[in-house]
Amino acid sequence: MRSVLEVSGLTISRGARTLVEDVSFAVTEGEILALMGASGSGKTTVLRAIAGLDPIDGGRIAIAGVSIVPGRTPRGQTRSDLYRRVGMVFQFHHLFEHLTVLHNVWLAPVHVQGQPRAEAERRALELLDHLGIAARADALPRELSGGEAQRVAIARALAVGPQVLLMDEPTASLDPARRGDLAVTLRQLAAEGRTLVIASHDEEFVRACSQRVVVMERGRA
Amino acid sequence: MIGQNTSARRMRTVLFVLALSVSTHAQAPTEFRWGGDAEGGAPFVEADPSDPTRVVGFEVDIAQMLADGLGRVPRFVQVGFTSLDAAAARGDFDLGLSGIEDGPARRSRLAVTVPYYQFREVLTVRDADAGRFRTLGDLRGRRVATLGATLAYDLLVDAQTRLGVVPVTYEDDVHPYTDLALGRVDAVLLDYVLAQRGVRRNPGITNQSTDVGVGYYVGITAPSQTALRDRMNEILLRAMADGRLEGIFRRWNMWNDDQPRLYATLTSGQRVEAESVASAAPPATTWEAAVRYVPALLRAAAITLVLSCFSMALAVVVGIVIASGRVYGSPVVRTALTAWVELIRGTPLLLQLFVLYFGLAALVQLPAFLAALIGLGLNYAAYESEIYRGALEAVPVGQLDAARTLGFSERQTLVLVRGPQAFRLALAPMTNDFVALLKDSSLVSMITVVELTKQTSIFAANIGSWVLPGVMCAAMYLALSLPLARVARRLERRWKK
Repeated sequence: MRSVLEVSGLTISRGARTLVEDVSFAVTEGEILALMGASGSGKTTVLRAIAGLDPIDGGRIAIAGVSIVPGRTPRGQTRSDLYRRVGMVFQFHHLFEHLTVLHNVWLAPVHVQGQPRAEAERRALELLDHLGIAARADALPRELSGGEAQRVAIARALAVGPQVLLMDEPTASLDPARRGDLAVTLRQLAAEGRTLVIASHDEEFVRACSQRVVVMERGRA
Repeated sequence: MIGQNTSARRMRTVLFVLALSVSTHAQAPTEFRWGGDAEGGAPFVEADPSDPTRVVGFEVDIAQMLADGLGRVPRFVQVGFTSLDAAAARGDFDLGLSGIEDGPARRSRLAVTVPYYQFREVLTVRDADAGRFRTLGDLRGRRVATLGATLAYDLLVDAQTRLGVVPVTYEDDVHPYTDLALGRVDAVLLDYVLAQRGVRRNPGITNQSTDVGVGYYVGITAPSQTALRDRMNEILLRAMADGRLEGIFRRWNMWNDDQPRLYATLTSGQRVEAESVASAAPPATTWEAAVRYVPALLRAAAITLVLSCFSMALAVVVGIVIASGRVYGSPVVRTALTAWVELIRGTPLLLQLFVLYFGLAALVQLPAFLAALIGLGLNYAAYESEIYRGALEAVPVGQLDAARTLGFSERQTLVLVRGPQAFRLALAPMTNDFVALLKDSSLVSMITVVELTKQTSIFAANIGSWVLPGVMCAAMYLALSLPLARVARRLERRWKK
């Protein structure tokens, strides 16, 4: 199988401190890869680098033809190419607090991809329905539970149709019953052809959903 | 027991204060306190160029003469020209002398001395206009400058209704002439003494020979001080007869043929009446005056409202630009904008208005309203920018990361995600600032814009009381600011639901 995401020799430092050192892995289409490790092992740092949020200091990241190389974070055309291919669900969701659930989901399709508003809204509602929270479409983010907010964040990331979905500590705000539901949802997304990279320290959850595990310890894989 | 102790102590304090005030009153008669405005300048009263702690001028010489006659020592009290009447009524000084004009309104509320100098109101115009602007009748639709609370001002207000001239009031007697030379006004109407000085200082302007009116300088005291006033009248009349007043006015190059005629009339026991202008006559009741002033106050309130709204709009736009520059700009841009904000916040708004209107006049001649709008707008922009910067920085950075991974550009993130949330945070302090701006707009009267507070002070000067004008003015400011606060509260509630 062709790999969609390739990380090779990735090194990230902040000042004198090396956060990630020489990490390499590849993920193929429809695969769920888990980055495991204790807090501070560098999982989130790797995800943020793949999402183009923080610059890298060594190595290379390739996502379906887009390369991230040492230096500044991607800009211009590379940046827009990158965000057509990769989406991210943050540990604390970071929903846009001033917009309703539905508005959170259709905002990027309309303003980034230029979809007509009516069509974007219809598709957003479908996505929410698919994730089982269509009933909360008119709610504001502050009115949602942790699990609901997470599903909205997933819907928002999926709305722009990325091939790769990055998830940071997805079980952090979920009770055990909801963790099982999430594992089912993620397997379903992979079955639809999406590639998922999950950073987590929740072994049980990782066993339930991922096909492959990369263990990180003090910045190394 | 404790209560008794406290009240006894309180009583002792009261007695002590009383004793102190009685003793200062007992000392007062050795001093002759006279009030005037040293900003009025020569030949009236001005700081002595060789010793700025002393004042010189013909008023100083007259005060000295009166003090000598009363057997007291003169002491000068600085009071702003337009506040002299109110200060006299309060008893802040024994006598006010500062080119104060006789008039029925003034006589009705203060004790006024006999006139000691006769002046003529003259029209000053630019040399090029000398042929066409000879009288007030030639100035229909033209801006004519004068000093507030003077006979000339009353003449102009009267000419506004009769002849259609546009009065422009100044707080001092220097800038009307500089603005005439610059072309901001088409004529100045003031007394000959000031006009002569104005023409001497500003090339290109000239005094017309036709008199627009005749007036007299008098001294003013509190209405209860008629005994003191009568003693001063005796001294003045003696000085008219024995040539001491002539000596003073000759020393200041002010002696002319009008004065001997005035002195002859007065010393023969006749009275002279100041020229009466319809609008300057004291109204029958305060209520009548209030009714008469309502349209002018409403007009002034409209100016305050329009000026405040436009200034706030400018402040918001410039504030957003500055805040964006400080959050997103390069280090050079950030440093420059920070320096600008500190400069504006660290200097008085009044100074900024003076610089914009009078200081830059040699480069750009901004109309007064525009200068006021820009001055207020730029000043408040500095404060707004700090509010917006804080609000922008208060939007969680995680949302900005989320927007980035969705593919939004920096600009889209600002417009769609960061800006709207920052605006909600900024709304309450912004409302606060708008209410503050509404009230700060009263400062623009210093650059000749007649807004609500200025119109109220003209009203108060006219009726000689601040009570009713103050209440009416306060009611109008509240009527402007309360609805605004309501709208802001409703918006905040809606967003918080």
